[in-house]
Amino acid sequence: MLLAAREAQSEGRGVAIAYVETHGRAETEALVHGFTIIPRWKIAYRGVTLEEMDLDTVLGEHPDLAVVDELAHTNAPGCRHARRYQDVEELLETGIDVYTTLNVQHIESLNDVVAQITGITVRETVPDQILEQADEVGLVDLPPDELIQRLHEGKVYVPEQASRAIDKFFRPGNLTALREIALRYLAGQVDHQMRAYMESHAIPGPWPAGERVVVCIDADPLAERLVRTGRRMAAGLDAEWIVLHVETPEYATLPEAARDRIARTLRLAEELGARTVSLPGTKASEEIIRYARAQNVSKILVGVSHHPRWIQLIHGSVVDRIMRAAGDIDVYVISAARERQHTTEPAAPEWPGLFSKPYLYSAAVVAVAVVIGALVHGVWAQANVTMLFLLAVVVTALQWGRGPATLVAAVSLAAFAVFFGPPSFTYTMADTQYLVTVAALLFVGLVIGTLASRTREQAQAARSREGYMAALHALSGELAATNDLDAILQAVGRHIAATFGRSVAIFLPKGETLEPRLMTPGFPLTENERAVADWVFRHGHSAGYGTDTVPAAAARYMPLKTAQRIVGVLGVQPAASGPRLNPEQRRLLDAFASQAALAIERVELAEEARRGDIARETERLQTALLNSISHDLRTPLASITGALTTLADHPPADEPVRRELLQNAREQAERLNHLVGSLLDMNRLEAGTLRLRTEPGDVEDLIGASIAQLGEAVQHREIRVSVDPKLPLVPMDFALVTQALVNMLDNALRYSPPDAPIEITARLVGNEVQIRVEDRGPGVPPGDVARIFDKFYRIQHDGAGHGAGLGLAISHGIIDAHGGRIWAANRPDGGAIVAFALPVRLPEPSGGLPPQAGDPDARGAGRPAAGGDRASQWATPGRAS
Amino acid sequence: MGDTGPRVLVIDDELAIRRFLRASLSAQGYQLFEAASAREGLDAAATVRPDLIILDLGLPDLDGVEVTRRLREWSKVPVLILSVRGRDEEKIAALDAGADDYLTKPFSIGELLARMRVAMRHAAQPADEPVVTAGDLTVDVARRLVTVGGREIALTPVEYTLLKTLALHAGRVMTHGQLLREVWGPGYDQGGNLLRVNISKLRHKVEPDPARPHYIVTEPGVGYRLRMVT
Repeated sequence: MLLAAREAQSEGRGVAIAYVETHGRAETEALVHGFTIIPRWKIAYRGVTLEEMDLDTVLGEHPDLAVVDELAHTNAPGCRHARRYQDVEELLETGIDVYTTLNVQHIESLNDVVAQITGITVRETVPDQILEQADEVGLVDLPPDELIQRLHEGKVYVPEQASRAIDKFFRPGNLTALREIALRYLAGQVDHQMRAYMESHAIPGPWPAGERVVVCIDADPLAERLVRTGRRMAAGLDAEWIVLHVETPEYATLPEAARDRIARTLRLAEELGARTVSLPGTKASEEIIRYARAQNVSKILVGVSHHPRWIQLIHGSVVDRIMRAAGDIDVYVISAARERQHTTEPAAPEWPGLFSKPYLYSAAVVAVAVVIGALVHGVWAQANVTMLFLLAVVVTALQWGRGPATLVAAVSLAAFAVFFGPPSFTYTMADTQYLVTVAALLFVGLVIGTLASRTREQAQAARSREGYMAALHALSGELAATNDLDAILQAVGRHIAATFGRSVAIFLPKGETLEPRLMTPGFPLTENERAVADWVFRHGHSAGYGTDTVPAAAARYMPLKTAQRIVGVLGVQPAASGPRLNPEQRRLLDAFASQAALAIERVELAEEARRGDIARETERLQTALLNSISHDLRTPLASITGALTTLADHPPADEPVRRELLQNAREQAERLNHLVGSLLDMNRLEAGTLRLRTEPGDVEDLIGASIAQLGEAVQHREIRVSVDPKLPLVPMDFALVTQALVNMLDNALRYSPPDAPIEITARLVGNEVQIRVEDRGPGVPPGDVARIFDKFYRIQHDGAGHGAGLGLAISHGIIDAHGGRIWAANRPDGGAIVAFALPVRLPEPSGGLPPQAGDPDARGAGRPAAGGDRASQWATPGRAS
Repeated sequence: MGDTGPRVLVIDDELAIRRFLRASLSAQGYQLFEAASAREGLDAAATVRPDLIILDLGLPDLDGVEVTRRLREWSKVPVLILSVRGRDEEKIAALDAGADDYLTKPFSIGELLARMRVAMRHAAQPADEPVVTAGDLTVDVARRLVTVGGREIALTPVEYTLLKTLALHAGRVMTHGQLLREVWGPGYDQGGNLLRVNISKLRHKVEPDPARPHYIVTEPGVGYRLRMVT
């Protein structure tokens, strides 16, 4: 990490050590030397002084790159965040890059695996998302034996802690296992990045894999393991994953601890990157299956039941019920004892059409009531037998609704009359009255049952509304989180496809025409369909399938409308078979469309605002330019005019005075010439009219010519030149790069004391030649390192000559035009470094041999005329930044 | 000094420049003739028969390159180009067309006078000088001998020819194209890297500090010049 940081620093980035634990090792301390080290924050806690990273100072210093050791660290009480990784997240948010380290056993999703292998539960874990967000993850790999040896030598911990640590944790077996986990994890990450890269570079396909995993949890302690397993499975499948908890009526009766556990598990799932959903419902299995179907879930993950066997026999287990109803959804059951996955084959529904024949079942209920009634007839009072039928009516109404209940009531009345009435239908008046009582009772039962079933329906409606709200919420959350048009379109497409199970296309205007920007597979795009979409875009009304306009179209098209305008068109293909959208779903689709429209408009407005910013910035620069011109042009002109008018009108008798006036006028004229030259260069760079005349150039010659151009300014200055004799010729526009180097040298001369040497070094580094100009001046104020290439930037300090603040901006523009890099940094021992690098085109394999070190005659002899080849010249016009 | 001094024709449309040159050069004993356009200048060149022409590149009717080309059709009179920065291509074209040297505006009068002297001396002595000396560097063309501070320097044939070419035009700028044609012959116009590599090798042999050349000076984007060091 420190070596990488050093490399970054040598590239001119501002590196600060925010927190590095040297463990008292001399080796590490040597590596830390030479960096800006931000002092730690000391916290007194229970009589001990703890040292933590000083987050606010790091934020205040705002280095380009902060080095923060031990990501998994838990902060002392009193810090802003509980954990160091949260500090790091804050640094990242403010644009500070971070290099950090993390041991594999601290990765959240591997936590239980590590515990299983090593027998030690690591408490300080870091969410996997942090690792996933990392631009780069490097593995510091060491064979276990070597690591143990390093431990014994005290190179990892300080010696007094070493033996204990070795005994407890660092056994060869443990280390080998941890090493394997680390290697596997990283391989998985690399694979993931590769796939992400491929997906992002092959638009419009491949469409993200349709896999979606639902992990069902309850208050069981197994839940955490379920979540971790779910994460690994989802990562392996590259699938979206959802952690679902069903709030059954039992939930309210759970002890506080159990409810806490559920909340904790859900939080853990969020940390691991899952979407969490809590659904109210009476029966967990039904809710899970309903949710899974609505969300197009492909895999369900459940834990085995923790109830005793006898309870399962009576109530049936949730797992069994889920498996029975799962249909083509795969169900994975995680056992409690050891983590092992049982894959159940997709179970066929046990009783097909179970709920589609409620009338048959209600008839059966009456039959049961009759049988029981027959058994107890004569034993129980007649009124109680009536109650039996009343019960049947209420149960039926509750279970299957009003229709079957009515049937049951009628049949019950008849059955009662037939089986339990007076024999041979010899009804007396009293008996008839009795039948009326029974009928009234049954009617009451029917009413009760109906009310109950209506409540049930309402609950169901509320639940489905809630499901829609959740879907909408999920979409709007995702839309709000991104500012990238493609990501927004992808999110909209994905959510609509998942919620409604249909193919989607989104059309956006491009110039005069409407282009499909996103299409899920299977969307029937034809010329005809495009025409419909176009019509929708121009008229702002829905059209296509299921509407009054072009109902023959294959898909339904709706405008993406905001208050101001129509930003695009959404096409939704109806399901090939199955129900049409109900009104509720259509409303939801409309809501999706308006969310999408708002998000798209937001992106477009942001883009417009950005353009406005650029325009304002240009205007600001123009103002600065005018100010600069009026000041920097008039000042020397005033001196010249003054000197000349003095000489003409009031010639001083004194010869030295005359000479001084003339000398002054001459210097000011040169300054004026220099300024005009800079302005012209800047103008050419910015206008993009600069045409590079690229030819192979000799770097030594370049440096010599640049020094020569400075003329008298370098007469009495010491300039140390060190040029690597192995340098190849570099393709460049010699005159322009000379100008760039002259400006850099001019700057170094201007900002350093007259007796301090200026050093120029040229070296071949990798595929580029780096030329550095180093001075012994005051250096660049921290935080301004990147700004010194801005136009009109001037460092305020005594003794600085008058520059227009254009020199380095011109150098920057010239080097940019060459496809090179330019940067600045401060020397650790005082002074500034300004350096640039130009790419070297390596000779073709058939070309001359590479020049030999120390043999000047071999320099570039016989090398092919790489840069002299007209076709290889840079064609891009220069552009100043 | 009357009308005995060298005759100088200034072709420049800027009255201010002509006035300044008239004042400065007359004081040095030159006879000044002026032209404000290319046509006027070409006519004057034929009638005045100047010893030197100072030619501005940015003329209103014809560009300086074309003027040089037309002059060279019938005259070998030394031509000194005046140009502003950022017109390197025109500058090189004019030099390749036969102009003797160039000066970038603004320039000091001392610089101008030095260049004028070099140009006129070359015109006056067209024959090869047997020995060219620049400071410690001596090129003895007759004996093919190069010495620095009296020490003989061994050069390859190409390096020698290159140095000789620069020496024979000592004090004047030689464009890349001119050097390539003189040393390697026609057809090598694109061999820029050949030239750069040989200049570098030459410098490592004759220059005391090759990174800050003393004798063989680079004119960025234009060519090289052997500096007349006194």
